[in-house]
Amino acid sequence: MNTLSIILGLPLLGFIINGIFGSKIPKSLSGGIGTISVFLSFIFSIMALPMFIENPEYTIKLDLFTFLSFDTFNLRVAFTLDRLSLWMTLIVTGIGTLIHVYSISYMKEDEGFYKFFAYLNFFIFNMLLLILGSNFIMLFFGWEGVGLCSYLLIGFWYKNAEYGKAARKAFIMNRIGDLGLLLGIFMIIQQFGTLEFTTVFEEINKGTVSVNTLNAIGILLFIGAMGKSAQIPLFTWLPDAMAGPTPVSALIHAATMVTAGIYLVIRCSALYVLSPIANEVIIWTGLSTAIVAALIGLKQNDIKKVLAYSTVSQLGFMFVALGCGAYTTALFHVTTHAFFKALLFLGAGSVIHGMHHEQDIRKMGGLKSKMPITYYTFLIGTLAITGFPFLSGFFSKDEILTIAFNHNIVVYILLVGSALLTGIYMFRLLFVTFFGEYRNQHYAFDKVHESPRLMTLPLMILAVLSIFGGLLNLPHYLQHEGGILQNWLKPVIGLTHSGQHEISFNTEMILVSIAVLVFVTAFILTRMRYISRKQVPQEQTPTGVLGIISNKFYFDEIYDLIFVKPFETMSIWLQQVFELKIVSKISYGIHDILRFFGGLNKKIQNGNIEYYLMFMVIGVLILLGFNFFN
Amino acid sequence: MEIILCPLVIALLKALLGNKINKWIMSVLSIATLGLVIKVYFEKVAALNSGIWQTLFDKPWFSDSIRFTLGFDGVTYLLLLLTSILTPIVISSVSDNRHKFIIPLILVMQSALNGVFMAKDGLMFYILWELALIPIYFITLLYSHKDAYITTIRFFIFTFLGSLAMLASLIYLYLKTGSTSFSYEALINVQLSLKEAILVGGGFLLAFAVKIPLVPFHIWQADTYTNAPAQGSMMLSGVMLKMALYGLIRWYMPLCGESISYFQPAIMVMAVFGVVYGAIIALKQNDMKRLIAYSSLSHVGLITAGLFSLTLSGFEGGMLQMFTHGINVVGLFFVIEIIEYHYKSRDLSQLGGLAKHHKLFTILYFVVVLGSLAAPLTNGFPGELMLLKSIFDYNSLTGIVAGLTIILCAVYMLRMFQLSMLGESEIVMNKIDTVKLMPLFIISAIVVYIGLNPQSLIDVIHPSIQHIMEDIANSKGVLS
Repeated sequence: MNTLSIILGLPLLGFIINGIFGSKIPKSLSGGIGTISVFLSFIFSIMALPMFIENPEYTIKLDLFTFLSFDTFNLRVAFTLDRLSLWMTLIVTGIGTLIHVYSISYMKEDEGFYKFFAYLNFFIFNMLLLILGSNFIMLFFGWEGVGLCSYLLIGFWYKNAEYGKAARKAFIMNRIGDLGLLLGIFMIIQQFGTLEFTTVFEEINKGTVSVNTLNAIGILLFIGAMGKSAQIPLFTWLPDAMAGPTPVSALIHAATMVTAGIYLVIRCSALYVLSPIANEVIIWTGLSTAIVAALIGLKQNDIKKVLAYSTVSQLGFMFVALGCGAYTTALFHVTTHAFFKALLFLGAGSVIHGMHHEQDIRKMGGLKSKMPITYYTFLIGTLAITGFPFLSGFFSKDEILTIAFNHNIVVYILLVGSALLTGIYMFRLLFVTFFGEYRNQHYAFDKVHESPRLMTLPLMILAVLSIFGGLLNLPHYLQHEGGILQNWLKPVIGLTHSGQHEISFNTEMILVSIAVLVFVTAFILTRMRYISRKQVPQEQTPTGVLGIISNKFYFDEIYDLIFVKPFETMSIWLQQVFELKIVSKISYGIHDILRFFGGLNKKIQNGNIEYYLMFMVIGVLILLGFNFFN
Repeated sequence: MEIILCPLVIALLKALLGNKINKWIMSVLSIATLGLVIKVYFEKVAALNSGIWQTLFDKPWFSDSIRFTLGFDGVTYLLLLLTSILTPIVISSVSDNRHKFIIPLILVMQSALNGVFMAKDGLMFYILWELALIPIYFITLLYSHKDAYITTIRFFIFTFLGSLAMLASLIYLYLKTGSTSFSYEALINVQLSLKEAILVGGGFLLAFAVKIPLVPFHIWQADTYTNAPAQGSMMLSGVMLKMALYGLIRWYMPLCGESISYFQPAIMVMAVFGVVYGAIIALKQNDMKRLIAYSSLSHVGLITAGLFSLTLSGFEGGMLQMFTHGINVVGLFFVIEIIEYHYKSRDLSQLGGLAKHHKLFTILYFVVVLGSLAAPLTNGFPGELMLLKSIFDYNSLTGIVAGLTIILCAVYMLRMFQLSMLGESEIVMNKIDTVKLMPLFIISAIVVYIGLNPQSLIDVIHPSIQHIMEDIANSKGVLS
């Protein structure tokens, strides 16, 4: 049996078993099935690893059947495992396994336990479709599929109508992006007559397609990525998506699904290398998202919302790298981010669990003594994301900054600013939650407890990964022959610059020092405020610039004003006024005219209008019948 | 021939025996027609690969010139299949015993519709087209909840005026044949000048535009769907409007090909406008039936636009979507009927929290919703993909506007699902009998099956579609 069919099939099988029999089997079994299916998928991916190490060009293909053939081409249900998709598969199934384990404990009180695992498995399956598909339609399948799972899981507690709204918002915003992606796919069909990745990219490499077309396709595909990876202007769904259970936020809305947009651009690197305008669009979108989301993150008081805005901001960082053509760097940050952001979310989940569903950090404080494992792992996660030297985030973020420096000094400066903000909001979160005094009157401090082993174990594993993740792609100054990931991706990505070779050692050291300086500044500033002066975020909303920030720049309100409201008003007006008053008048007019003639007829026939019409039909038929008889 | 007679016999049976046989038996009996359709398909399967419209039956009717000729090919088969799958489902949804004649009327309608899809004679097509109208006329008039008279009359007048125009066109074509035949072959060979083609084609288009319906000919639609009993709405939207879409590719385009390029831009604009117009109105509707009526307006607009793009993917996607839309819309009306029966309301502002009452119902409902919003792995996706692609090829701007449907449709469909099923509610609901969900289960199974393997349907229609496209190209005078 093909390795690929096993990797893909196991999560699907888990979904089917839990979906059909879930309600009849005990919770431990349905949780076990869900977890093991993903874990085995992970093991099989690892087992495939040696062959890929030996032979850089190695691929595994699985070609199933024709899904749809129209015009001149066949859409095959076909999958390819190459070095890029293997890397992503390892992240998805690996982190996926840890989060499944965590969920067994986190969700154990929930009545929809088996449903949760069924959805999670289905999500993993769709994510793998997205990664492993060997043409754009398979990718689109997975793309929409993960969106659907995200919808189901955000609205998992369906009795709460607010959660339902958040779920719908996520689905719809994603669909806006999907329209862009779909139009991009149509353009690809027009240009290349096929949707197979390999064929399309070969055609592009021949250099026969005009730059304008490539730019247009590149931008359309990126619109899809904007939706899925929550970039401005389509990012407001992600913070709302925190309505879902915390493991979902960790898996889908931090580590895997939201990086699908990055994957799409990396997969299409052959196209983006040749479309300069699309790249500029990507850089500036990513940059503004990185800054705006980090600013909003400064003023959030919900532990999950801070992390959500942080995710949006970090995704912005990745897009900046992509726009600069540094695909390896972006994937490196995807990887380390998956480690530390999953860790932070699961840590937040552990806090929420220990505090009996409290999410407001103003009602926390001093938790480190009560939840030591959660505290230390959360600390590691925080240090990793803020760029403490030699932790994973330090290397990956530093690489992005170096790339930006090479590309455009303005981008670099703004990005450094955003990195500073990252440090501030993360330390604020850490200090307010775990340090200081306990501030919740409604839930006694004695009742706060550390989470069970099944939850802390994934935290510890992720903490180790967050520390050592940097080894996967050490910078040039530490590893002369280039990082592991960089060499790994060479056969897939081909000609792209990594940025590191073009600057001198001295410049590089200056950049590194700046990065360290940023970290230290953020740490000292925040420490002074929240530990030395023991400040706590205020209850009332601030005014002025800070007010704008804590109101999230009024994005939701503005969208409401310019999109939602006009459409709703139009909808009501069209039906109530246009359809009912105007159009109906016309149709009644026609009716009246006919009734007038009908009335003339009444004197003769004395029937009412429907009989009149009925006779008319029959009359016509009879007439015709006779006419042709003769 | 038996495909047309079978429903009539069953209808007669019911009319004679009355309440002695219940709807479930009737529903099962009516599956016989489905069996016949499939049987004919397998008898003819080899010949179908040529794409030529096979003649199954041919007898003089009123005279030698008006013959009763039945044709059969992939396109016809797909629509017969749709009709005979849906009829048993529609019958099984009848829940009011006071509606004595509704089942026979549905069956008579099925018979007439089968005739329309098979008619190979111009006048026969017209006669059955009108005949199909009579049962639905009585269904809406006799069994509507309110405002029956005015709604029905309006519906009837509109479709009737359209049909008259079509009759005039057919007679004109007949006079031009130079022979005394209304047969498809004779009519298709008529050469028209551009002016003639525009007049004749305009007659056809008027009839079809009312029945599809295209904006602004849709004014009868929303009220009729809303006021008619669920079975009426199902038959109308599930099958009857396909009559008009079918008419476009089988009759209008090959017969008056000369006029297509004249009408194409206008129809495209009307159709794509209808896509957005229907979707926007559907956004805020609280009456579930009215919501579906407008969403249907949006969906058929997309099909029409795809057909008028005159591309292979537009035709095949259009055919596929006719089938899919029929299945999905009947599924949705079925859901509404269940909710209304058990809940005594279909007003979204009053509903909510139904999900906790019946898990299976929730899942099946959700699957149908997914099909309607064209999620991958459901039947709506492949058709919509092909249609949008063909519209995009015709003109990228029209493609983008039509593409808005994938956003708007998600908005109103999920809104409907969530307002009715999710959240908390105090209202008590009568227990849903799981057996009642059997037809809905079948619909969901079809939704998923076609979603996974749309190619099976495309293979059936592909040769016929190609053949029809050749006819159209010949008729246009230019090979496209």
